[in-house]
Amino acid sequence: MRAAVIVFPGSNCDRDMAVALKAAGADVTMVWHKDAELPDVDLVAVPGGFSFGDYLRCGAIAAQSPICKGVVAHVERGGYALGVCNGFQVLTETGLLPGALMRNAGLKFICKTVELNVVTSDSAFTEAYTAGDTVDFPVAHHDGNYTIDAEGLARLHGEDRVAFTYGDNPNGSIDDIAGILSENRRVLGMMPHPERAVDAGHGGTDGQALFRGLLGQLTNA
Amino acid sequence: MKARVHVMLKDGVLDPQGAAIQHALGTLGFKGVEDVRQGKVIELDLADGTSADTIAQMCEKLLANTVIESYRVEVL
Repeated sequence: MRAAVIVFPGSNCDRDMAVALKAAGADVTMVWHKDAELPDVDLVAVPGGFSFGDYLRCGAIAAQSPICKGVVAHVERGGYALGVCNGFQVLTETGLLPGALMRNAGLKFICKTVELNVVTSDSAFTEAYTAGDTVDFPVAHHDGNYTIDAEGLARLHGEDRVAFTYGDNPNGSIDDIAGILSENRRVLGMMPHPERAVDAGHGGTDGQALFRGLLGQLTNA
Repeated sequence: MKARVHVMLKDGVLDPQGAAIQHALGTLGFKGVEDVRQGKVIELDLADGTSADTIAQMCEKLLANTVIESYRVEVL
């Protein structure tokens, strides 16, 4: 499987993402935000960090960068995309995922490992888990408070598009939502960091299954 | 010409920063502060004749996230 990791000024989880993807067996290309075209890849990963210093709103400036037009085109062609943390914020700002991420309800930056519930295994990202599994992923964000209007929320639940929820909601997200899927289930946005949970020496390996499952699905595709 | 764009969280969207300010004003002894909402002001210096429609597009596409925010344009 070929994957691209987008690098914005202020990205800081881009190399972690590349390491996690490579460990699962992907060929990884790093792509600078000023590039207008993506290489031919199966998956685009939009990493965590503080792109453009979180100016205006988290992810808002990145969403207007040249490469994001390429990311939108990739997704519209049916390509896969994974946005983690700031990457999730970028994907909501581009409109590829519904809703928005607001300032944490407690106003504090939260940096700790949290327990998540896997809500659906019906996606390439979560097929290696079983719905109802709990996993421990780190979170590190100031603006992870997911919100969406009532109609959108009902759609997410009705279409089984909530991928992960928090066991103990740290940030005020509506219905404890930690990660959601797009309508075609090929785009996952989540605040917690699976790529920081792929090495036993770094506090856990619960994220490995996400990358392993993704590689398995996309390599067979 | 100049335009000033006011961006606020929509009514009904919880504003934790506004709530924190309200609490701090109470701590300072100010009474009767019933609600505080925090937004942002963006000033644009524009070519003369820039249309209201163009400014609205700037707001819709970038300056406000209309999922959670509303905006108001004031041409100066």
